[in-house]
Amino acid sequence: MFDDFFIRALVAGLGVALVTGPLGCFIIWRRLSFFGDTLAHSALLGVTLAFSFDINIAFSVFIISSAIALILLKLQKTTNLPGDALLGLLAHSSLAVGLVVIGFLSFIRFDIMGLLFGDILAVTRNDLIIIWVGGALILFVLKLIWKPLFASTVNYELAEAEGMRPERVNAIFTILMAAIIAISIKMVGLLLITGMLIIPAAMARNISNNPKQMVLFSIIGGLLSVVMGLFGSLEINTPSGPSIITAGLILFILSLIKIKRLSQLNN
Amino acid sequence: MNLENNKFLVKLDNTGVFQDNKWLVKGVSLKVERGKIVTLIGPNGSGKTTTAKIALGLYKNIQGKVEKFTKKIGYVPQKISIDWTLPIRVLDFMLLTQNLTGDEISDALKLTGVEHLKNNNLRNLSGGEFQRVLIARAIAKKPDLLVLDEPVQGVDFKGEIALYELIKTISDKLSCGILLISHDLHVVMSATDYVVCLNGHVCCSGTPQAVANNNKYKELFGDRASTILSVYEHRHDHTHSPDGTIKRKH
Repeated sequence: MFDDFFIRALVAGLGVALVTGPLGCFIIWRRLSFFGDTLAHSALLGVTLAFSFDINIAFSVFIISSAIALILLKLQKTTNLPGDALLGLLAHSSLAVGLVVIGFLSFIRFDIMGLLFGDILAVTRNDLIIIWVGGALILFVLKLIWKPLFASTVNYELAEAEGMRPERVNAIFTILMAAIIAISIKMVGLLLITGMLIIPAAMARNISNNPKQMVLFSIIGGLLSVVMGLFGSLEINTPSGPSIITAGLILFILSLIKIKRLSQLNN
Repeated sequence: MNLENNKFLVKLDNTGVFQDNKWLVKGVSLKVERGKIVTLIGPNGSGKTTTAKIALGLYKNIQGKVEKFTKKIGYVPQKISIDWTLPIRVLDFMLLTQNLTGDEISDALKLTGVEHLKNNNLRNLSGGEFQRVLIARAIAKKPDLLVLDEPVQGVDFKGEIALYELIKTISDKLSCGILLISHDLHVVMSATDYVVCLNGHVCCSGTPQAVANNNKYKELFGDRASTILSVYEHRHDHTHSPDGTIKRKH
């Protein structure tokens, strides 16, 4: 029926979608999409590190992304630049430095396109283990910090006053973001990972009226995008990562129609 | 732990906050006991909210010492804005920092008269309705210490009195301590046990009678303020159910 690589791609994609669903909701609620983008851009540096020192890509991307997040926090405290300028600075300089380092590593053949847009069809058995074990860990931690994280998302001071320690859960959430980027970079690519995080969640926002519902719809939207995107790419021979994101966009547009219907009904 | 610690819920000892080259408030000492209502009054910018936040432990760097003897705290902040990107119902909001049973949620919402809004989206509530939800959320888990920062702002006249009565009842029934910030001098003078009058520092403090007769208080609020030491009389020939329909008294 399907070639083995396609099944692997499907299993990898579904694993990633299960994790990006809930994380994406928090990224939208906390207005962190540009922050996610910055972490993703810095991933290129992580990838070059992996090749230079012959270590696991997911591991080195995780380290670099976490480091960039820490640097951002430090810069926010020590400079007077606005947050978005700092994010832009870190995103593009880490991307540029990554590309320069690749220039030095001329002895290795790089698939730049694969890094930028993902190569889901080249997913190995090892990658599957990283995605599913790493993904399960991320979801487990997210479940543990759900309540304080959600409370501090709604109102930081209220959460702190009532004993929820928002600073700590915010830091943990940043690490989770670095982790999801690390495990999914090979599959969706660094330019598209933020899309995978926020498009299903944005779609879910349009059709839900409470937080748990939005998380559920976001997961379902992500899973559907992966299935639609991969079958589409097999059928009409398009690149897999962009096909998944395009499928997500189609779902988002459909959710807009539902909003329109709802507001017409209400009038 | 000695007996005194059991009685007191929070103690501020000569506390102050110095930020951006100025004192937001300084030299504030106060104690909140179980079953007692302590009220902070003072003009705008006198440091009432800052003092409440010191008591809650929301400032990292403060002068002086804060001692808290409980972790069960309910807080109604002065300002809270819910981001429209969050789909959140009253029900979800009630569970924000605590685990409650369905009955506990309904009971608390009933007390503040907004049970019928349980499944409404937070974004669609009016200012007064939202304020009632905030109070319900803070009292739902029966906290030891309630910090209420202008809790009835935007609430209609009748609701205002009812909510202040509720606050008084809660303090008696749960024997929790309440730190209240209010501009409503009538209520402050008639329903609280201890008044702290702030103006960047503690201007005067004591029982409502003592404060009302204090010259510094008169300077701050004007002579008329001390003549309002009268208890509210409120009579009505009917009551309203939460959705606004009229119920005649028989």
